[in-house]
Amino acid sequence: MSGLVVERSLPRFAAARAWSSLRGSGRAGEVGPLRLADVPTPSPPGPDWALVRPRLAGICGSDLATVDGRSSRYFEDLVSFPFVPGHEVVGILETAPAGSALAPGTRVVVEPVIGCLPRGLEPPCPACAERDVGACQHVAFGRIAPGLQIGYCRDTGGGWSTAGLVAHASQLHPVPETMDDETAVLVEPTACAVHAVAQAPATSGEVVAVLGAGTLGLLVVAALRHLADPGTLLVGARYPHQRRLASELGADLAVPEDQLPRSVRRATGSLAAAGALSGGAAVVFDCVGSAASLRAALGMVRPRGTVVLVGMPGPATVDLAPLWHRQVVLQGVYAYGLEHLQGEPRRTFEVALELAARCRLGRLVSAAYPLERFEAALAHAGQAGRRGAVKVVFDLRSRRPSSRPAPDPGAPR
Amino acid sequence: MSPRPGYVLDVDRSTPPVLFWHGEGFRLERLPEGSRVIYPPEPLPPLPDPIGAIRRALEEPLGDSQPLRSLLRPGMRLTICFDDVSLPLPPMRRPDVRQLVIEQVLDLAAEAGVDDVCLIAALALHRRMTEAELRHALGDRVYDAFAPQGLLLQHDAEDPDGLVHLGRTDLGEDVEISKRAATSDLVVYVNINLVPMDGGHKSVATGLASYRSLRHHHNARTLRHSRSFMDKDHSELHSSNWRMGRLIAACGVRIFQIETTLNNDAFPAQLRFLQRREWEWTAQDRATYLATQAALRRLPDGLRRSVFHQVTAPYRLTSVQAGEVEAVHDETLRHVYAQQLVEVEGQSDVLTMGLPYICPYNVNSIMNPILVACLGLGYLFNMYRGRPLVREGGVLILSHPTPRSFHPAHHPSYIDFFEEVLAETTDPGEIGKYEEAYATDPWYVHLYRTGNAYHGVHPFYMWYWCAHALEHLGGVIVVGGDPAAVRRLGFKPASTLADALEMAADVVGPSPSVTHLHAPPLLMADVR
Repeated sequence: MSGLVVERSLPRFAAARAWSSLRGSGRAGEVGPLRLADVPTPSPPGPDWALVRPRLAGICGSDLATVDGRSSRYFEDLVSFPFVPGHEVVGILETAPAGSALAPGTRVVVEPVIGCLPRGLEPPCPACAERDVGACQHVAFGRIAPGLQIGYCRDTGGGWSTAGLVAHASQLHPVPETMDDETAVLVEPTACAVHAVAQAPATSGEVVAVLGAGTLGLLVVAALRHLADPGTLLVGARYPHQRRLASELGADLAVPEDQLPRSVRRATGSLAAAGALSGGAAVVFDCVGSAASLRAALGMVRPRGTVVLVGMPGPATVDLAPLWHRQVVLQGVYAYGLEHLQGEPRRTFEVALELAARCRLGRLVSAAYPLERFEAALAHAGQAGRRGAVKVVFDLRSRRPSSRPAPDPGAPR
Repeated sequence: MSPRPGYVLDVDRSTPPVLFWHGEGFRLERLPEGSRVIYPPEPLPPLPDPIGAIRRALEEPLGDSQPLRSLLRPGMRLTICFDDVSLPLPPMRRPDVRQLVIEQVLDLAAEAGVDDVCLIAALALHRRMTEAELRHALGDRVYDAFAPQGLLLQHDAEDPDGLVHLGRTDLGEDVEISKRAATSDLVVYVNINLVPMDGGHKSVATGLASYRSLRHHHNARTLRHSRSFMDKDHSELHSSNWRMGRLIAACGVRIFQIETTLNNDAFPAQLRFLQRREWEWTAQDRATYLATQAALRRLPDGLRRSVFHQVTAPYRLTSVQAGEVEAVHDETLRHVYAQQLVEVEGQSDVLTMGLPYICPYNVNSIMNPILVACLGLGYLFNMYRGRPLVREGGVLILSHPTPRSFHPAHHPSYIDFFEEVLAETTDPGEIGKYEEAYATDPWYVHLYRTGNAYHGVHPFYMWYWCAHALEHLGGVIVVGGDPAAVRRLGFKPASTLADALEMAADVVGPSPSVTHLHAPPLLMADVR
């Protein structure tokens, strides 16, 4: 069985960082920490775990940050090496977890966050007790090695492997028959978007801005349009195909990224001073996670508004004077759990499954590569916007080394 | 030797390549045999004694006006208004004709003991002029005498305390103009009539008006019914202004109109080849052209722009008339036509034109894509009398680099208009639904009133300016333009003129008739 493995090697992470900064994201190649290797099938840590054989596994921005050596060192103790990446997964159950209604052969999507329940920790932490697994306090403890999620944990395996991964029964969600794999593989990032929208302040009737329209930004747009009721939804997207998709998914106006502050100003009738608007958007979803995007978000959010940090950030130098002066709330949102949308508590993944189907999100999958062509896949993912793509995935349904051509991401499927 | 009139050249095998303006540069293009090239008339001889001519005009006014001297008296309130930086193009060498005229008016006012004198730049919704621009237009003596005292104003169409609503015309058009002007005992308006559109009642009714007033004639409907807006008698734009002007007069606002015309001497000696017909280029002209092109190619965009905007025209005064507005304007038009009119027989399938680096709204600024459209489809397309040079359903081919570039201080609302409104629709009738929001946007109002920004609604006006052409044409192609910017305008990009002509043939049919408008220097086609 082959899989892609990330090993702990500081020189390789440093080399990847240098190489990717020269050649572009996803192009660390042989100098980086990622290797294609024979990997063993992971062993389920307990009877309530199942073996999942991935069919499609997405390449996420956080995966790219890892293989580019750009991830924050904050995560060092929250992962365990060597690990197989891949946390956006649709696969087939090879074995069924004990006590579960799921049968072998069931197609599932994996909810990768490893909270107290999979870790066998009793009693669970307060967050897990509330099924808010994204806020689990025990991601580095329990019966399995540290790891925020499947795909960052030595013991579970990950989606970028034909050997499969193991997941706890609580992490498995059956996929409806009518949903194709491309849509299903988008359920995990869709859940992140749903969680971001659910955790943000109410946006009903307000001007809301989404900065960045990669996969996560587009999914936040879809979630806002279907789960919230923004008065005006503005999106800043760097590439034309992203703007087109943002409009299709519900943006009232999609403009080039650098135009977004101007559009927010227009929509809110604000003035401008000191590089910031006098008013601004009630909520800004920063789906980029860079210092520049955070600066831009702080410049276009209204006083006492909220900047929701959706894109995974790293070390950043940002002048927080406007945050202080304008009494802005900077809110991080991570992963998923239990949401209270329209008053009814529901697991984020349930909502995400519905949203993915409703919005035909499989159209965001632009290219699928076999594992053997991982360097090309990562390079494509790293340059997705520039190459007219959105989501790049590994296709593990066949061992044949083929890649289907990138379809028009805007074309309906 | 008397100057030659305009000329229509039939292109044949021996015709050399024809010069096209291309923004801050040029192209030499070979036109298909059988094409026509319309050349402007050569510059008319200037008035030998411009100061004397101005004095005579003030002493011997037209219409039922008394001489200016007899309208001036001690204790009166006198307001002198003048055209802003949008005229003339390129800016003329010092002394500017506004300075020559205003100095004479001020001398008479001083002789008459008039103390309450105020100067107003008639901006309408244009940007405020800089000190350098005001000094250039008025001269240092006038500027230093008035500006430090706060007596040199720039019309503020958003100053609620500085406007007065005079009433409505028979058609319900609001007439709201500068309170200082409306409450003066006499308004002297000093025009530079570069094109037939300028002057007449439009001077005060537009130049000193508010948005509330301007919106009645600066809209898609009016501009579609102005065929052309360079031809007063067939222009709804002018009809509206004339109604307003007559209402202003009926309200007791006394206007002493001074209009001036310039000859066609638009470019200095170092760019003399721009004034000549290609087959008459001397060896020196060819060498100058090649050297200019080579030098321009080496310059970065900003520096190239700066070089061109430093060009001043050796324009000379060809006429000056003063007195009652309508009588003055009729005489002015006679002089403008004498300089610019060229008789042309019939329309063509395709009209080509090279667009220069400058239009009325980017003096010392950037020619953004909206202004490219306005110059081509607004100003130059409308430089006709009778019928457009291109037939209905024909194609207009423009040559301009059309960079997606905007001056952030001068054109802030243009940027948003380009990204938000034109991304949605390029139909002048449709964009009106966004107009109010832009016109009343407090930030644009702030920048217009305190900075050097065009009013928030101004890009809409630029697009309305294109309304007649957009309705008339079957297609617009831009040669050498930024493809994304050109497509946003709703036009088609082409790499070369040959490609553009092939694309045009898809619209108008094979072997189209082609006319090239060889301007500037400006000309007005009298199409039979």
